[in-house]
Amino acid sequence: MQSFAEQVLELASRSAAWAEVYAVTEEQTPVSFEANRLRTIETKEVRGVALRVVVDGQIGFASSSRLDDPRTLVEDAVATARFGARSLMDYPTELVPEAPLELYDDDVVALSADEMVQMGQKMVDRVRRRGQDILCDADVRKEVVSVSVMNSSGGGGSYRLTVVSAGLHANRVRGTDILDVYESASSCHLKTLNINTVMGAVGGKLDLAEEVVPIRTANLPVIFTPKGVAMTLLNPFQAALNGKLVQQGASPFAGHLGEAMFDPSFCLYDDGRVPNVPSSAPCDGEGVPTQRTALIEDGRVNAFYYDLQTAGLAGTKSTGNGERSLGSMPTAAIHALRIKPGKVSYQDMLADMEEGLVVDQTMGADMGNILAGEFSGNVHLGFRVEGGRLVGRVKDTMVSGNVFRALGQIGAIGDRAYWVGGVFEVPYLYFPALSVSTRG
Amino acid sequence: MRDLIAEALRGQKAGYIEVHIEEAEATHIRFRGHELEEVGRSRVRGGNVRALVGGGWGFVSFNDVEQLRRHVEQAVQQAALVVREPVTLAPAPVVQDVVGAQAPKDIRRESLDHKVGLLQEYNELLWASAPLQTTTVRYGDSVRRTIFADSEGSFVEQEHLDLSAVFVAVARKNGDVEQAFLSVGSKGDLSVLDGRQADIAAAARRAVDLLSAQRIQGGTYTVLVDPRLAGVFVHEAFGHLSEADHVYENPRLREIMVLGRRFGKPFLNIVDNATLPGRRGSYAYDAEGVPAAKTFLIREGELVGRLHSRETAAKMGEALTGNARAINYRFPPIVRMSNTYIEPGETTFDQMLSGIDQGIYVKDSFGGQTSMEMFTFSATEAFVIRGGKLAEPLRGVNLSGNVFQTLANIEAIGNDLEWSEGGGCGKGGQSPLPVSTGSPHLLIRDVVIGGK
Repeated sequence: MQSFAEQVLELASRSAAWAEVYAVTEEQTPVSFEANRLRTIETKEVRGVALRVVVDGQIGFASSSRLDDPRTLVEDAVATARFGARSLMDYPTELVPEAPLELYDDDVVALSADEMVQMGQKMVDRVRRRGQDILCDADVRKEVVSVSVMNSSGGGGSYRLTVVSAGLHANRVRGTDILDVYESASSCHLKTLNINTVMGAVGGKLDLAEEVVPIRTANLPVIFTPKGVAMTLLNPFQAALNGKLVQQGASPFAGHLGEAMFDPSFCLYDDGRVPNVPSSAPCDGEGVPTQRTALIEDGRVNAFYYDLQTAGLAGTKSTGNGERSLGSMPTAAIHALRIKPGKVSYQDMLADMEEGLVVDQTMGADMGNILAGEFSGNVHLGFRVEGGRLVGRVKDTMVSGNVFRALGQIGAIGDRAYWVGGVFEVPYLYFPALSVSTRG
Repeated sequence: MRDLIAEALRGQKAGYIEVHIEEAEATHIRFRGHELEEVGRSRVRGGNVRALVGGGWGFVSFNDVEQLRRHVEQAVQQAALVVREPVTLAPAPVVQDVVGAQAPKDIRRESLDHKVGLLQEYNELLWASAPLQTTTVRYGDSVRRTIFADSEGSFVEQEHLDLSAVFVAVARKNGDVEQAFLSVGSKGDLSVLDGRQADIAAAARRAVDLLSAQRIQGGTYTVLVDPRLAGVFVHEAFGHLSEADHVYENPRLREIMVLGRRFGKPFLNIVDNATLPGRRGSYAYDAEGVPAAKTFLIREGELVGRLHSRETAAKMGEALTGNARAINYRFPPIVRMSNTYIEPGETTFDQMLSGIDQGIYVKDSFGGQTSMEMFTFSATEAFVIRGGKLAEPLRGVNLSGNVFQTLANIEAIGNDLEWSEGGGCGKGGQSPLPVSTGSPHLLIRDVVIGGK
């Protein structure tokens, strides 16, 4: 693969003023349980090369999985450059060292399908013990990834990454009432993957969801769990802090850099350098070193995130957020969003609540006008609170609001942050009044 | 390729093996603001093997097609590790066929210059139609050539063309941002982009108009649903629940989804039909080599059918429907919809509207999601209905409901079936799969709408 990438770069450099090759090989092994039993063992190999060129100042792009045909790849890329955007990239000229981010673990590479089956079986067995009417789907997955990017100005980087993850989904049907509870965890290292937490969380929520209770249409105090925060409230920030959308003026934060727009206790970071986290990398997909970027600091809009071309358009520097897949050019995207923990424990938030709602899973919350910060989703898993205690699960209920406005007057930020899906590290958030709508 | 596959399958110890080989070429174009941001091409060659040993499945996907025999061996070994009671597959006819694809204005015949020029024209039309903050135009087309072969002797070569485009208008006033869009799709026929001037201009104006629309009060409403949103509704609210892989191993769901159960009033008919010519979700054979079919899901208000793969059909003792689909060679076939629609009724739009004293008219959708029982989708445009007439515009209207109650609460079905071809469906990590949705106007009572 490396020699093919070099061959492409060399060939492209003959007809392009600048060229960049991005090469990936990846092997994923998922084992899947369905309805409490092992069902499928898979192996997915992916390899491919993406080529970006600059010809007469314009950018062209092509990608291929064909390692036998460098010439067509180069021709495709050069042919599209005639239409492409004018390059404003500040080309990386140095090789980024493979930093000690602990992203690779030989134990993950050595993990056998048998061992993965045992991990999955353990999760399924533990949770289905809670009732005959519980059906579990589970998957345990390992990935071994190798990434390299190099350009004709001598810049680039390469790294290896392993990921092991476990997901558990429990389903319970009573009459036409369908309950779904799911949890997952992922890590670059086998040792730090904690399936006990996954099993425990699913089991605990099944217990809490035993009873279905009514709630009323009103403005109520609402606590979002870390998962609820990740599923409901962060997409608007990803959009509004994207340097591209800011540069286009489509972000409500455009023109407001440095302004206080949120509660002073609210801090939001993008971090591409958290050890042992699958979304980390020493460099981004353009060979720019990753970094920790304080996007919102003490309630102020502090920075936006950029890839090379967007940074060029905005007259600033890339923040190392040039994310990419094989099929298209890099775009600005986050690595991992982290909200700085506050001072209030979840228990104290609950204790403060006479009547309210705890939201853990939402559905469809990000399908509205997220650019403006709006969310409105079905409460897929949520609990009614009475006198500081969870009294049961609510159904047929929506929670709605504007996250940008809600974070201007936040009730409390949880005192500990939790990883959700390997991409978000967030605490519980407590809002004094959000719109809750329900049947009747 | 026939020889390579035959050689790879020879002497393997498995109850069933299938091989998919795929070559694909795709073009994508993206405008943002006035600028052409990206033009790119990609080529992929790959394949997969799925093997059944006893009751266990093994699956291997790869790019090095030459190593096919090694991949088959690996899939068989993996399947053998899975110990459970045997799986039988519903018998399917052994098929040998070659199915080409062509479109009136075939994406393969039209030059990149022409495509870029056309999109640029429409992008500038967005700008000219209303005072916008920015625009985005995304276009993608693809040609896939697939081979399906199995250990039972089927060998099917198919060509698949696809095209999708979305035109987004973003308007801004002070800190407030709104957007509106037009999305279109076809089976590789560029003429779907002909004569779209009025639709594009309307999308641009809609984005600006939304800025001055009122927000809705959360609660329960009677809603009049336009055909585009109703199409998303039938796909999300009912279509996914009719996919047999959600049901076949869940005894309690099987009780809920028992054939003959009443879901709606006698005028409700819901169909999935992969044989409709030119629709984006259509195909000749599914990813298990089973011929495409028309399947009634609900007939006269009663559940009469569901969508199957060979495995789920056998397990439930029901007829094959040819709905095993995979988004590409990296994924195994799973049960999916094709073109899903509500058949037209007899009520006119005006009759429905005039009968609503207080309600909401909701149009088109940003998208929808389902958890089987609960579903949710967002309207891109909405109006208050007062005294049987359309009144002031609304924004931020997201609807949610319970499928069992909501289907029963469909009070009237319009006579104006309309199709949407711009949709992409996601399931099991496979997204976006080309599907079409269709519906006439629907009148539904007691729908929960989130709001201020």
